[in-house]
Amino acid sequence: MINISIKQVYEWLEEVKDPEIPVLSLVDLGVITEVEIDGEKVRVELTPTFAGCPAMDVMKNEVIEKLRSRGIENVVVEISFRIPWSSEFISEKGKKALKQYGFAPPPSNKIFTDLEILENGICPRCDGSNTELKNPFGPTLCRSIYYCDSCKEAFEQFKPL
Amino acid sequence: MNELPLKELLYKMADDQLILGHRNSEWTGFGPLLEEDIAFSSMAQDKIGHSLALFNLLHQLGESEPDTVAFTRNDTQFHNSIFTELPNQEYDFSLIRHFLYDTQEAIRFELLSNSSYEPLAQVARKFRGELRYHTLHANTWIKKLGSATEESISRLQKSLDYAMPYALGMFEESPFEKEIIEAGIFAGENEVKKRWLVRIEETLSNTSLILPDWKIINPIIGGRIGKHSEHLQPLLEEMGEVFRIDPGAEW
Repeated sequence: MINISIKQVYEWLEEVKDPEIPVLSLVDLGVITEVEIDGEKVRVELTPTFAGCPAMDVMKNEVIEKLRSRGIENVVVEISFRIPWSSEFISEKGKKALKQYGFAPPPSNKIFTDLEILENGICPRCDGSNTELKNPFGPTLCRSIYYCDSCKEAFEQFKPL
Repeated sequence: MNELPLKELLYKMADDQLILGHRNSEWTGFGPLLEEDIAFSSMAQDKIGHSLALFNLLHQLGESEPDTVAFTRNDTQFHNSIFTELPNQEYDFSLIRHFLYDTQEAIRFELLSNSSYEPLAQVARKFRGELRYHTLHANTWIKKLGSATEESISRLQKSLDYAMPYALGMFEESPFEKEIIEAGIFAGENEVKKRWLVRIEETLSNTSLILPDWKIINPIIGGRIGKHSEHLQPLLEEMGEVFRIDPGAEW
């Protein structure tokens, strides 16, 4: 038996960052959907933000390395769709970190019933909504591109999903 | 239940996504404007990611590794619809295909999110949200260009008329249609087609484009049973070229 709690594992996983957004931990991103401790073994269930996310393998290896560095030898990371990721899983702390990094945090995914409303992105610089959606697709699958007519600058928004 | 009907369903969907994903990726660096270059490249990444998730389900059912399945089969072993393998041609055709195909795919995975085969239902619930971005993108451009200039309207109309028999071929029925419906795995091709016609008609009604009379069109079928056009094999050769140089390579 190893003498650690699930809470402790989550705290360690706070130190593992999204490789594409290094200010955001995997825990704050909401992609850790389960942690189980069974005797000597720690099982972490990881769910992709988008199914085609190329960062999955990197995240998986970083979780394994992080837990090994804390003395846990037997780590199993399972990539699963059991609980599909939603942008609602991003913590308040995570949303703040996104904004500080220059990304607009995702609005509520409730707007999904009417996708036209996606056009009202909030600019992370001026907090204004004088913006337009330029492209629902951006530099990574989880980001879209907006333009702020007040700042005369483009910005990226983490997509609601 | 016999696993064959389920495998047939998974293969045809995964192959559609892989092949159209590859076609979408051919726009990388060639999009008519930067935003469209990014959009088609992103959709390529989504589609190939989706095909990987389905190939993983097949692997769990005893089929070969996803990379082996994706990169080593010949055209007669592929089950994608002929529609997805057609070359990109001009942007107007790619846009029309994107609109017709993705509307179909979004409906398909909405229905599959209630599948009695839970691993497939989980994957479908994941895809469903992502596909909304694909249909949002398609509908935005169809509405814009479908009511813009004489040239944009006539180009799209021509592509729509050309695409329609191929698009109807997406709904080629499986020999296991009855079994798979009765087992609650999938609502069936006819159900998808029925809903698809309603949805594309609704979008087109906001444009100057006219939906061809589908009742008198003969669908171009055969893809689901491995009978393809001359366009698929060259695509497969290019797609699998690097993999086949060293199939055991560590990446």
